[in-house]
Amino acid sequence: MISIQNQDFSIADEYAALRHRAGDAGAIVTFTGLVREIYDVSAEGSESASVRSLFLEHYPGMTEKCLQEIQQQAEAKWPLLATRIIHRVGELHGKDQIVLVATASAHRHAAFEAAEFIMDYLKSKAPFWKQQKTATSSVWVESRDSDKAAIDRWQDS
Amino acid sequence: MLHIQYFASIRETLGRSEEELELPAKVGSVQDLIDHLLSVNPSFQRVFSAQNKVLAAVNQTVVDLDHPLSENDEVAFFPPMTGG
Repeated sequence: MISIQNQDFSIADEYAALRHRAGDAGAIVTFTGLVREIYDVSAEGSESASVRSLFLEHYPGMTEKCLQEIQQQAEAKWPLLATRIIHRVGELHGKDQIVLVATASAHRHAAFEAAEFIMDYLKSKAPFWKQQKTATSSVWVESRDSDKAAIDRWQDS
Repeated sequence: MLHIQYFASIRETLGRSEEELELPAKVGSVQDLIDHLLSVNPSFQRVFSAQNKVLAAVNQTVVDLDHPLSENDEVAFFPPMTGG
């Protein structure tokens, strides 16, 4: 199940709903991504600044399609009983929750690996773009080679 | 009509998020479309430059630049994604 939304989410509510949907799961993994207040402005990390807010833009339609595909790939690789992906868009601030990935499976390895796989793909393959606003500037976040490399390690597994 | 959308830094550079374009006869691929846009509007030079990595999607799927285009396709140009 996938949601793209402006509003915040409750881990407790999402966990309870997933647990209900997951039937005889033996493991549920939840990952939450948060907005950092100090962010490396450049991809190399040579410059840091206090971020006032983060703006999340996305491509409505394609975003949902991409997340569905990523979820289906995870379901094809691991025996998942239920998955949940929430990604927030719009204006966010430091310490805000930005993304939730939750996976349920009979055993923990599948749930851990699938959650990590979904996050790795989501970061470089789903059409979201972050713009960070400091007191003086507004900068689009550069993509990181390390995020692309994170995808490569799943290719042969 | 081609429906073209621009996102993030590309949207800001161009100052618009979308446009409609009658598919020109000589435009058969995404690369042809880029060449066409560069020829009709110099502001695209700041988008499709060697320094900028630009991704293209046709009908909401990321494609290579030799991907063919048809009448009524939805085309989008955007920088590499930075979600999560």
